[in-house]
Amino acid sequence: MPAVAETIETVSAVTEGGYKWGFETEIETELAPKGLSEETIRLISARKEEPEWLLAWRLKAFAAWQTMTEPHWARVAHPPIDYQDIHYYAAPRKKTPKSLAEVDPELLRTYEKLGIPLSERAALAGVEGGQVAVDAVFDSVSVATTFRETLAKAGVIFCPISEAVREHPELVRRYLGSVVPAGDNFFAALNSAVFTDGSFVFVPRGVRCPMELSTYFRINARSTGQFERTLIIAEDNAYVSYLEGCTAPMRDENQLHAAVVELVALNEAEIKYSTVQNWYPGDAEGRGGIYNFVTKRGACRGRRSKISWTQVETGSAITWKYPSCILQGEGSHGAFYSVAVTNNHQQADTGTKMIHIGANTSSTIVSKGISAGRSNNTYRGLVRIMPKAANARNFTQCDSLLIGDKCGAHTVPYIESRNATARVEHEATTSKIAEDQLFYCRSRGLSEEDSVNLIVNGFCREVFKELPMEFAVEAQKLLAVSLEGSVG
Amino acid sequence: MALLEIEGLCAEVEGKPILRGIDLALPIGEVHAIMGPNGSGKSTLAYVLSGREGYTVTGGSVRFAGQDLLAMEPEERAAAGLFLAFQYPVELPGVGNANFLRTALNAVRRARGEKEIDAINFLKEARAALRRLSMADEMLKRNVNVGFSGGEKKRNEVFQMALLKPRLAILDETDSGLDIDALKIVAEGVNALRGKDFSALVITHYQRLLDHIVPDRVHVLSAGRIVRSGGPELAKALEASGYAGLAAEAA
Amino acid sequence: MSAALQEVAEGFSARFRKLAPRLPGSAEARQRAASAFRARGFPDTRDEAFRFTNLRPLADVSFAEPDGADEAALALLARVPANEGPRLVFANGRFRAERSRLPEGFHVASFADEPMLDGAVADESAPLTVLNTMLAEDGAVISVPEGVDAGTLVLVSLGAGEAGRAVDFHPRHRVILAAGARLALIEIALGEGVYLHNPVMEATLGVESRLLHVKLQNESTRAFHLSSLHVGLDARATYEGFSLVSGARLARSEIHADIEGAGAMLAMNVAQLLDGERHADITAVIRHLAPGGSSRQAVKNVLTGRAQGVFQGKIAVDRVAQKTDGYQMNQALLLSDEAQVNSKPELEIFADDVKCSHGATVGALDPEQLFYLRSRGVPGREARAILVRAFLAEMIETIPHEWGRSVLENAVDSWWKDRPV
Repeated sequence: MPAVAETIETVSAVTEGGYKWGFETEIETELAPKGLSEETIRLISARKEEPEWLLAWRLKAFAAWQTMTEPHWARVAHPPIDYQDIHYYAAPRKKTPKSLAEVDPELLRTYEKLGIPLSERAALAGVEGGQVAVDAVFDSVSVATTFRETLAKAGVIFCPISEAVREHPELVRRYLGSVVPAGDNFFAALNSAVFTDGSFVFVPRGVRCPMELSTYFRINARSTGQFERTLIIAEDNAYVSYLEGCTAPMRDENQLHAAVVELVALNEAEIKYSTVQNWYPGDAEGRGGIYNFVTKRGACRGRRSKISWTQVETGSAITWKYPSCILQGEGSHGAFYSVAVTNNHQQADTGTKMIHIGANTSSTIVSKGISAGRSNNTYRGLVRIMPKAANARNFTQCDSLLIGDKCGAHTVPYIESRNATARVEHEATTSKIAEDQLFYCRSRGLSEEDSVNLIVNGFCREVFKELPMEFAVEAQKLLAVSLEGSVG
Repeated sequence: MALLEIEGLCAEVEGKPILRGIDLALPIGEVHAIMGPNGSGKSTLAYVLSGREGYTVTGGSVRFAGQDLLAMEPEERAAAGLFLAFQYPVELPGVGNANFLRTALNAVRRARGEKEIDAINFLKEARAALRRLSMADEMLKRNVNVGFSGGEKKRNEVFQMALLKPRLAILDETDSGLDIDALKIVAEGVNALRGKDFSALVITHYQRLLDHIVPDRVHVLSAGRIVRSGGPELAKALEASGYAGLAAEAA
Repeated sequence: MSAALQEVAEGFSARFRKLAPRLPGSAEARQRAASAFRARGFPDTRDEAFRFTNLRPLADVSFAEPDGADEAALALLARVPANEGPRLVFANGRFRAERSRLPEGFHVASFADEPMLDGAVADESAPLTVLNTMLAEDGAVISVPEGVDAGTLVLVSLGAGEAGRAVDFHPRHRVILAAGARLALIEIALGEGVYLHNPVMEATLGVESRLLHVKLQNESTRAFHLSSLHVGLDARATYEGFSLVSGARLARSEIHADIEGAGAMLAMNVAQLLDGERHADITAVIRHLAPGGSSRQAVKNVLTGRAQGVFQGKIAVDRVAQKTDGYQMNQALLLSDEAQVNSKPELEIFADDVKCSHGATVGALDPEQLFYLRSRGVPGREARAILVRAFLAEMIETIPHEWGRSVLENAVDSWWKDRPV
């Protein structure tokens, strides 16, 4: 079974209530004291037995962060975040396990509830015609990685980034921060200073990764921010498809999540990165929920390289996220497919940046925003054509759907072109579900809620078809759950 | 016993009275035609019966198989066996025809306490129905009505009807915009369903559809009332004399 | 704000302190604007509303108040297309009654005689209007009574200044249409040399009134044109605007429209034809504050040389503005390697039963179309002109006013004549 597929069934069997992933695991956790200082960073670095250069890199990021202020241009509002009131390190107390047999059984049970096939057998049994390798990040530490041997045979490295620092320092050192520099923005700088774990993927020249890779994130401990760092490198002619799923337990207070994902695609390489984000969105009154402030960026460095971001964002109290592509290599292609659903008091400000630097580069943006309840949903995107990007092409389609009259849908595209041979096309619409479509479905016997789900799924189809099949099924169900109670 | 009993039905649209007291009984197994000039209330009657919003019932009652039809939601009416073939079927971008139909079919089956149909059997049934209507399988893959020609949209309505197997079909000017071949296919689709458990209200402006779907009774609607009822010969008489004389008679 | 621009701002503030005792209209409104301007000064590119337009070039020039010897400006009247009806002439911002022809049947006065500073005064979101409110000395006050069709009124603004003796003027125009009134207002702005023209027009459109507004902005290529239009529409009122922008070294045209009455309609068509080092910015904020309104914005940029075109358009739909129909189309043609376009078409929607959309395209002329024309014998330059005019045609040809249309058509023609494309 893939990382998050069928979690709804699995999890609804063990939980109740609106947010079906809201259980907490009772395991022993080692917490760093609250607060952020050089000492905290030194502690994290020491616990992870990091080399000197990485500590120095973190401290530099921390110094940069201290000079920065939170960005306020996004259409999101939240009470001030006390960065000194957060635990920056939380780890299951037991030592890093060497094999699955050593993993805390309680932890394994949590993953079972989530529907994650941590054991290889379960994974094999669960997937029809495909295999998914999972790197599970439980709070801050990557607990176990499945399928490592199969991948190793193909030459693919898939491991926690902390392990990559030890085992493949030359690769990490070459690429870490090369797409998202340590001081890129407030949240990226914070992440660079304190990141505790994340995934590392390296697909060598000419290798087509034999299975979908997947990471499952879960924020468990109270008042911990999760700052994972993911780095994916595809060498010449390599291909990898990577899936990311996220959930968090229900809590009254807000939790901060500030991740950084960096992708590097060399000549003719292709990276597909898919996310189903279902962090706890807060309750119907807007209490609690995750603040999801994420920096994701891919560099298409090589000629004819390809990076595509596909995201289904249904969770989090606040989402601030702009997966971007730097299209540097001649003929490279970037894509962004997004479904963002907000309900109740959720706020999402999400979109992408496509920076066309090289000639003959192209990009596609398809964004579908659905607002319900009292939520606000903003698409914010930048398409920039640099003077050397001859014959660059961009197509953007950006649609918003409003369900109910208390929510807001906003579209803020920036289009900047400095090359006459480039062609940029942008289309956007905002509307509500048409009464006649609704009536048509109901007159065929569908309930109002089912009718809305059907129409909304149709609205999102262009994006769902970009997801691996199991993820697409999952995404459709998540959509229905997210919109529960928004009709009528 | 009558499947559909309409008594003194009055309805208005945006405050404007359209139906002014309709009385009509449709016995089980019969097909009745409703004819009338433009603006006489034919489509309003179809929408009121199927529960479209914006049509306010101001008087009268409608019983369908003994139930109070007007108290039911549109989907409940469908589950109870009522089917409206729309005059202008709407487009549903991104919604595949097969998925749409199976979802609808299973919703109706669930409501009726029947077992849901699985994908394989659904496809079998759907393909068989398509063949009977001389339609291509490719129809199932397309988005609902998107990019369909007028005739394709109408045939798609009849195809849906064939699968959903209603007890009462209301055909709202299904013949408008159809050429003679398409008209025959539509009529065959309806005739194939005819039997002791199937009734239909065929709403039409012209007599020509009634050459192919021969009704048991014909009702003439004018200014929101049924002004005359008779056998199939009434439609032929109207064809010859037109509606003008009738309207004068009614007034 | 850069230190240099700060200095310009301080110069204007000092000017205000000197002029304050003799400025017409509400002293209180002036003071409010002056303190807002002092607090904020000129916006810079960190300001979201000015991210694509840097006002820094204003600091290259030292400005002074016009000294009343406006003969150079008045001489330019010869370049204004002739019309027969009423015409109001302003030279360096001052109303020149002796060169004007006042209309009959509705009221026209100069702002100096009948100052009105009741509307947009110190709105934070419109810093250029704030500057105007602080320094406005003259302008046109136009008032059309209920049910009157006022016909056509031409408003001419001429500017002239020389390097080293550059002038700035901030005319304040007021248009009031009572219920059912109609007016076709044709505005022509041109000039020579170096100057800053910072006009504000406030238009109040009563129930079922209709304003047709045609504007030609053909300022001197060394001048600055910073204009703001604030229009409020009551129920079922119509504002229909057509403008052609081809002049000024740095231009910014702001349109702030508030749809305040149910069923009002606004259409705004703008074409910018820019070459050389021109920078021209169209910034429109259309706020739907009442149900059933519709707005249409069509903005076309044709850019060559090192010109920069900017379009920022926002449709904001309030919660009460159900059944709003908003549409925005923004197209740019880049005809040279170094031209640049920036656009930001924005939707901000809080009502659910609405239909809002926008589209934007940026590109060059279609090579297949070009080839087709050439294969039929049309030389390249002409073929390009044909295609560019086709691009502009739908905007200009639809102007429902013959003389107004001819003014813009002729301006496009002469633009082509003067430039090898």
